[in-house]
Amino acid sequence: MNETILRTEGLKTFYILDVFGTQKIVKAVNDVNLNIRTNEVYGIAGESGCGKTTLLKALAAAIEPPLRLVDGYIFYYVDGEAIDVATLSPEAKRKLRLDYIAYVPQGSMSALNPVIKLKETYQDFISSHVSGKSKEETIQLAEQHIAELGLPPKILDSYPHQLSGGMRQRVTIALAALLKPSIIIADEPTTALDVVVQRGVVQLLMDIQKKLKNTIILVTHDMGVQANIADRVGIMYAGKIVEESTTEKIYGDPQHPYTKFLIDSLPQFGDKSTRQSVPGSPPSLIDLPSGCAFHPRCPHATGICTEQTPDLITLNADHKVACWLVGGEHGKTA
Amino acid sequence: MEKLLEVKNLTKVFTMGSILSRVRLTATDDVSFYIKPGEIFTLAGESGCGKTTTARIILGFEEQTSGTIIHEGKDRAETKGKKVWQEEGIQAIFQDPFGTFNPLRVVDRYFFETVQNFKLAATQREAIDVIDETLRLVGLSYEEFAGKYPSEFSGGQLQRVSIARALLTKPNLLIADEPVSMVDASLRMSIVNLFKRLKEEGNLGVLYITHDLATAYYVSERIAIMFRGNIVEIGPVEKVLMEPKHPYSQLLRESIPEADPTKRWSKRIVLAETEEEEYMRVGCKFAGRCPHVMDICKEQAPKDTDVDGVLVKCYLYNGTSATPRK
Amino acid sequence: MRILKDLFRDYRFFVSFSVLVIIVVMALLSYFSPYDPTLWNVVPRDTKPSAEHWLGTDSNGQDIFWQATFAVRNSLIISLIASLISRVIAIIVGMVAGYLGGTADRVLMFIGDSLLVIPIFLIMVMLAMMVRQFMNLVVLGLLLSFFGWAWDARLIRSIILSLRERDFTKTAILSGTGTVKLVLKEYIPFATPLIFSTLINNIAWAIGLEMTLAILGLVNLNIPTLGTMLNWALFYQSILLARWWWILTPVGLSLCLFVALYWLSVSISEYLDPRTRIQRVGAQ
Repeated sequence: MNETILRTEGLKTFYILDVFGTQKIVKAVNDVNLNIRTNEVYGIAGESGCGKTTLLKALAAAIEPPLRLVDGYIFYYVDGEAIDVATLSPEAKRKLRLDYIAYVPQGSMSALNPVIKLKETYQDFISSHVSGKSKEETIQLAEQHIAELGLPPKILDSYPHQLSGGMRQRVTIALAALLKPSIIIADEPTTALDVVVQRGVVQLLMDIQKKLKNTIILVTHDMGVQANIADRVGIMYAGKIVEESTTEKIYGDPQHPYTKFLIDSLPQFGDKSTRQSVPGSPPSLIDLPSGCAFHPRCPHATGICTEQTPDLITLNADHKVACWLVGGEHGKTA
Repeated sequence: MEKLLEVKNLTKVFTMGSILSRVRLTATDDVSFYIKPGEIFTLAGESGCGKTTTARIILGFEEQTSGTIIHEGKDRAETKGKKVWQEEGIQAIFQDPFGTFNPLRVVDRYFFETVQNFKLAATQREAIDVIDETLRLVGLSYEEFAGKYPSEFSGGQLQRVSIARALLTKPNLLIADEPVSMVDASLRMSIVNLFKRLKEEGNLGVLYITHDLATAYYVSERIAIMFRGNIVEIGPVEKVLMEPKHPYSQLLRESIPEADPTKRWSKRIVLAETEEEEYMRVGCKFAGRCPHVMDICKEQAPKDTDVDGVLVKCYLYNGTSATPRK
Repeated sequence: MRILKDLFRDYRFFVSFSVLVIIVVMALLSYFSPYDPTLWNVVPRDTKPSAEHWLGTDSNGQDIFWQATFAVRNSLIISLIASLISRVIAIIVGMVAGYLGGTADRVLMFIGDSLLVIPIFLIMVMLAMMVRQFMNLVVLGLLLSFFGWAWDARLIRSIILSLRERDFTKTAILSGTGTVKLVLKEYIPFATPLIFSTLINNIAWAIGLEMTLAILGLVNLNIPTLGTMLNWALFYQSILLARWWWILTPVGLSLCLFVALYWLSVSISEYLDPRTRIQRVGAQ
């Protein structure tokens, strides 16, 4: 088993909003325990509004008001030592960013500076993190990096608008991987992209992972992409991880009712039999249901489900579930 | 009636640029297909392939450069000047449910306006009944819908509301432009199952425009694959998606990530660098990326060949004597 | 009146609203004035502020306080006429140009742009000299409105241009809504903050322009307005003769008016901004 590279313990980060006089608390990340390892692709899957983007922000140490760390810890394992992220100074965080952990946010293909050529973007980037390199050296470094990843080096001479959406996304990912970070976090990198382009982007991510042997945390609601690239998957629902296991087990033997619904609802080629989507609607993170957040939509909900929230327990090696109806210490309820 | 909608040789050319440098972009090039009454027909392809332009022309928002549109046996050119959606009973829904409705207006206003403009009810009370009836078709009710702004619905719900609005006028053809791409994967089935049910119960024809081939396989009977303005393959969905013949269809089919870890992608692919370059290409537009490209592909665009009930535009199938270059 | 309650949270709105209320009250007080503002020598001249004459008297023999009430009233009337009429013109022109496009757009924008480019001041001076005899509040208001619509018409047009491409325009069309109704119902809510803030800015602009014309003596000096009061005060050398109570009255009042109008326009347009409005709408 690989070592841990990032760990969270009881993480709770809420948005505390003041909307014209009324205070609203959005429980975006509500008691999350993660143990991410080196040299793996960890996928986080869930519907929109389940808190995945907030979780990524927290993992990238980008917690800023109105988002607040309400409880719990995030530990980075740098050079074998566990560092509590909350104790880091802004300067230390800046150093860690892109050196240890790189964050590719959603829609980042639109975040490239539109008025300068790509090579300048790369130059700015390199010179702000690596000192003592001349201009030629930084350009060379950038070209080498792009070529290694199989992208045509001449794109560095283009402006962002001259490239297609897929190419921009790949350039942004390549930029994130430039300093060989131990963790790359990607938020919905393939949404809004065409199928074939999506494949190219995923291919690039896999190439980077194989080359650097680092960790990639990939958030997407597209279960097909998760199946193709992830080693382990965590299913997120209403701010909590409700099931976590290897990709094979999640797709082949899902335990949590939500995961089962999710996997069953995915259309498969060669099978035109009727499928059902997950019933009901995702809950509001401001007004969570009591007990298990899934109980209003769950056909097997029983008394205890409405009263108490189940913990994430270990079923067997590498398979964790948070459900009152699934084995372990909870036992089966009648 | 055999054909609900027939599109024949539809071509739309956009001219862009200034007086000094005119660029002509052929958004749709000699596109022909038909939809049977009560059939779900998919027009599939990646962005920039011309499917949205085709939809806009069918809806009457855009005029074609050449070609004919025949709805319920009547050629549209003969009924020129009338508003398509009003006269012909065609309605549409769009990709972003939150963009479909004005965020500053209450959603039911659109419903009441439709009822008024199409004279579907005489009194307010009747109007509410008509609206409620239509909402129940999509699994919602008037009480839970009235007085709400678009932001108060979830994406999936709002998309169903959008479908309900389209159904108010009892159209026989619904044009659905990427209806599920902005809806979460877990909720897509509810929208797509709705199309199935409406087709079975109400004999509604649907032109399903998408790049999500998995849902297209699940819900439609026939499919046309578009690439840079041409339909490259068209036929029954079982044949086109399970045994694709055109190299682009094959690439598309292989690139779909299947929700099954045992079926991961194995081959590597190369992406096109720019799209305009492919649009401007003479001959077959896919020649730049095609693994089976031959000399003739770069000179002349291929014509339709019928292969086992599927029409394909590819020289691999029309028995040319040239040997494919590997 | 939840809206007012929400607005009062912004201190700028609170202060400016109060100041404007006071000014409007002053304007209304003019109906109770014991003195006729057009007459001369109704009271002893050039006396300092006292219990009888709160702001003193001027060299024309008028009570400054009551004169000021008329001045405020007339200035407000002129500027309201000017800005309301120019709003209406701007909205119509902006909507027509934005939605219809093509030739209508080009013609209307050409006219508007010409009005923006022509040195307005010279034209104003010329026109003012020509209509001097007929000059009254309404005529002056109309004159000012003629120049006030061009900029805002262009702004409204650009809002319409962008909204035209949105999906909900298509939804409205598919619902059978005609063009005029569509533009009014769908687009105006997005243009409201612009219209409001430009209305208020326009009021301030009109007051300022009136004052400028008055100081140059190009209006009917017998009608008391903030500008004409200033003109008379300068004419009689009130600064030189240290008759501060006279010169400071129109200056002070117009300063308060300008600042209040500015704060009002800023706080209202922030409140009406579609982006924050959408948030509020969902939060309720």
